[in-house]
Amino acid sequence: MCLALPAQIVAIDPATNRATASVGNVKVDVSLALVDDVVLGDYVLVHVGYALNKIDEAEALKTLALFAEAGLMSGA
Amino acid sequence: MKYITEFRRQDLARQLSRAIAQTVDPGRHYRLMEFCGGHTHAIFRYGVQDLMPDNVEFIHGPGCPVCVLPTGRIDNAIQLAERRDVILCTYADLMRVPATGRNSLLKAKADGGDIRMVYSTQDALKIARDNPEKQVVFFAIGFETTTPPTAVAIKQAQAEQLVNFSVFCNHVLTPAAMQAILDAPQPVAIDAFLGPSHVSTVIGSRPYELFAEHYAKPIVIAGFEPLDVMQSALMLIRQLNEGRHEVENEYSRAVTRQGNLKAQALVQDVFELRPQFEWRGLGLIPDSALKLKTGYADFDAEQRFDMSAIQASDVKGCECPAILRGAKKPKDCKLLGTVCTPENPMGSCMVSSEGACAAYWSYGRVR
Repeated sequence: MCLALPAQIVAIDPATNRATASVGNVKVDVSLALVDDVVLGDYVLVHVGYALNKIDEAEALKTLALFAEAGLMSGA
Repeated sequence: MKYITEFRRQDLARQLSRAIAQTVDPGRHYRLMEFCGGHTHAIFRYGVQDLMPDNVEFIHGPGCPVCVLPTGRIDNAIQLAERRDVILCTYADLMRVPATGRNSLLKAKADGGDIRMVYSTQDALKIARDNPEKQVVFFAIGFETTTPPTAVAIKQAQAEQLVNFSVFCNHVLTPAAMQAILDAPQPVAIDAFLGPSHVSTVIGSRPYELFAEHYAKPIVIAGFEPLDVMQSALMLIRQLNEGRHEVENEYSRAVTRQGNLKAQALVQDVFELRPQFEWRGLGLIPDSALKLKTGYADFDAEQRFDMSAIQASDVKGCECPAILRGAKKPKDCKLLGTVCTPENPMGSCMVSSEGACAAYWSYGRVR
């Protein structure tokens, strides 16, 4: 129920406040009613037909760096 | 796929596994409750449990909205669907949940009830627009993640004067359930929590600070991908080793301290707290669920159809209630995999794609 998928915004219709988002090769129609300032190319979390939040790329890179750090610690 | 593939890398999982093995204190047992059913499934689907040392135990929490919905509320929904003038719209997860008398929404549909599975509240609004002669009721369930989309639909229905649309509201709150688990008369031993992913994108990490402080339990907000779960477990283990109890945020690519303020404002505008609400397994919990505010009473199905509470009991022998409290594991249930399977579920935890029993069954921990 709480599952949400990261999807990239590929088209926005300001008149309806809706967008087309792409998850891999699948395109989905999403409502932008819960997010502000979404622009083309942004990644959002899509949940039951709504963009729930934008995904912060810089923060994602920091988390990936944490995984790498654990790798160094484990001597791998 | 970006933000998915790189969080499932096998080589990094092995490294994290080694890092965790080196970090744990061999003389200590670590009991980590993953609140969300989404985490339970990630743990089993990707074999995360097998990548953990033996002294790190995952305790499965109640964060599965289909699982915690009491049988009486399903009975209520079936009564609605039996009315000739009603179209009941529901998320698909609810269709096979056992109701009283071996009934379910699926059976009620087979018996002629007009029940439609929808993916989004927007689909329910469209059905209402297309069927002005019918009463269209949306069976709303879910934690804080799923509540804002219901709020949007109610406001939209009001703006469009869509008078044949209403909502049977069963939205519940995560912090109230966490508190109920910690305050239980015979509390389950839990050392730390893996905090919710997408609930936290909405409510932020701030509401958990009370638990970290007051109950001295470390909490790490964790993403739903397997590497997120492992990294978060490592962060919890470090906190426990160092005697710290803080809220840390592993899922910072989507969760901030304040959360999604726009979504919170919408929810506050449309909903208010119920004095109490019944949870399967956890009983009556005060201030744990939402109902429509008076200003939106016209869209409240419970008022429109004068619905009253139904007391119902669970199937005898089904351990769902104890499993939802973290007091038992699915393998402790005698029905699991014998009479209770996804095709013929006895309890909600076997039905939902977030249920702990469904996770044990689907990923081979039963057979």
